[in-house]
Amino acid sequence: MTATPPTGTKNMTMVAAINDALDIALAADDTVHIFGEDVGVMGGVFRATDGLQAKHGEGRVFDTPLAEAAIVGMGIGMGLAGLKPVAEIQFAGFLYPALDQILSHLGRYRHRTRSRYHLPMVIRAPYGGGVHTPEQHADSPEAILAHTPGVKVVIPSTPADAKGLLLSAINDPDPVFFFEAIKLYRSVKEDVPTGDYRVPIGKARLVTHGDDVTVICYGGMVEVAQKAAAAAQAAGIGVEVIDLRTLVPMDTDTIISSVARTGRAVIVTEAPRTAGFHSEIAAVIAEEAIEHLRAPIVRVTGFDAPYPPFTAVEDVYRPNPLRVAKAIRQVMDY
Amino acid sequence: MVQCLAPDGSVVREDLLPDPETRLELYRQMRRARHFDERGWVLYRQGRLGVFPPFGGMEASQVGTAAALTKNDWLFPTYRDTGAALTLGLPIARTLAYWRTSPHGWHMPADLKVLPFYIPIATQYPQAVGAALAERRQGTRNVAMAFIGDGGSSEGDFHEALNFAGALNAPCVFILQNNGWAISVPTRAQTRATDLSRRADGYGIPGVRVDGNDALATYHVTREAVDRARNGGGPTLIETVTYRVKPHTVADDPSRYRSEADTAGWDAKDPVTRLRTHLLTAGLLTEDSEAALLAEIAAEFEAALAEADSYPEPTPAEILDHVFAEPTPQLKKQRAEILAEHAAPNQKEQA
Repeated sequence: MTATPPTGTKNMTMVAAINDALDIALAADDTVHIFGEDVGVMGGVFRATDGLQAKHGEGRVFDTPLAEAAIVGMGIGMGLAGLKPVAEIQFAGFLYPALDQILSHLGRYRHRTRSRYHLPMVIRAPYGGGVHTPEQHADSPEAILAHTPGVKVVIPSTPADAKGLLLSAINDPDPVFFFEAIKLYRSVKEDVPTGDYRVPIGKARLVTHGDDVTVICYGGMVEVAQKAAAAAQAAGIGVEVIDLRTLVPMDTDTIISSVARTGRAVIVTEAPRTAGFHSEIAAVIAEEAIEHLRAPIVRVTGFDAPYPPFTAVEDVYRPNPLRVAKAIRQVMDY
Repeated sequence: MVQCLAPDGSVVREDLLPDPETRLELYRQMRRARHFDERGWVLYRQGRLGVFPPFGGMEASQVGTAAALTKNDWLFPTYRDTGAALTLGLPIARTLAYWRTSPHGWHMPADLKVLPFYIPIATQYPQAVGAALAERRQGTRNVAMAFIGDGGSSEGDFHEALNFAGALNAPCVFILQNNGWAISVPTRAQTRATDLSRRADGYGIPGVRVDGNDALATYHVTREAVDRARNGGGPTLIETVTYRVKPHTVADDPSRYRSEADTAGWDAKDPVTRLRTHLLTAGLLTEDSEAALLAEIAAEFEAALAEADSYPEPTPAEILDHVFAEPTPQLKKQRAEILAEHAAPNQKEQA
């Protein structure tokens, strides 16, 4: 599938942009197959695959029985046999039954067959909190995947990026996890390029430019960081917000060059604190830019407890603009 | 239980006998597999092979089933299914390389759809469903065959795969080798079920129980299952009732968990002897033709061993090869680290 340049733009939500990307991929490449629980007739619980079965047929977009290990395992087999499987796991918190397939096989196949086989598979999953989902529905398991050799991890934060990164993911020769922030599915609209629009995997996005503090985030935390940055800007603090977009491969250069300039780093995720991907970002900054730091690195994250299914206190767990603003203040005052 | 030859080699089902050529070919492949297994022990003791899970005594279960495939079909073998892989055409040299932990053993020939032996239990089953489904979606008549043991049939992936294959009508042939043991756990402790082929009933697919030490019977029922899958009839579960007369691996001591009484009786059911007796009785094999066959097999093996001996050991930086199509910046950096750390004196390797 070769990219044709976009011809214009269309204003859409993130979930519509994802649907658009899947539609384009299905039309452009017969090997692309979409499957998962409720993705066919119903179009997915968030409607990400809405209308795709009707348009492309049951052979290309199909419902599976309810079993995540087999969804991923079957996708691996399909990939071995020359298809491009695009699996939907209904929620990232339901990925766990498939971890054996993922950790034991998905990332290893190119390696264990010395590139005789590779797995151009995409696993999409809604992730994260902020919308008062039931228990188990708001997990952020990206660090587990980032810690798994041989798989890429992509987490967009805007409709245009969601489309461009998803099309890149589907066309990537290696397995890609594509986590979609539930909070952002319908809350943001923007002009998205029409046609086969691609955003390269492995390149971070500069959200706002600033010279005093670098805030590194991705997915659902980008809008939170942006709000905190706007408040800080109003107080005269120049905040550079970097949307990582891709955890694996990580765009280390963009992070390091920014931190080298600002001398301050705040990292924001909604995952549990210990051993989260924020820790990896902090380690890379410590290794490569410590002589530029004017303050300790600060992580603004969830806590080392399960994501609370209690609406009244969900906001305590999930970082909000106020917590990020406090972290910015903390590194400025150090 | 389907049976064609009684343990003494006499024919109990004339109607299941394949043509003479096929019978001889099954015997040849069983002898090749047995030769590998026996030489494997010796090579292990000589330090020329790594820890290897023997399969001697299970040749009919592995050869009779894999022989029903063509080179266009998929084979998902577990670590105990060396015999099945050899039957489909995995070169002996590559197989030795695998058990020597050389990368050459993971490098599969381009004309075969055999995957490297699976170490995690049962994960190969859903993957076989996917490969089978993909073949069907791409309009071929190719099928996928996956192996598992009685222990593996306790895993969730086994059950998910049977259900998926049935629901999606995937052209899959599931071989469940019931060899009585999951390392030290006997089948009676593994499950209360006594007829594991009936596990198919729960998923609405055919289940067949066959004498796993009768190569003619395993071949017959597998051919039926393969043909059904090719013709759009969907998956089949085949339980081959056999026995792991050997230890779990060459490093295992079965006397810790079972007595000789457990294995006594299975020698009389030996699959190679059984088919040999039949072929001699039927006049398809003579002492002379067998001697020629065994000499040919031994020569083939020694030539393959020499080839395996010629494979170079991997270099340190090779551990980072084949992770992604294009190495990430992180991998490039780590590669430079390894090269710097392990650079041989007077030798500059290009990163």
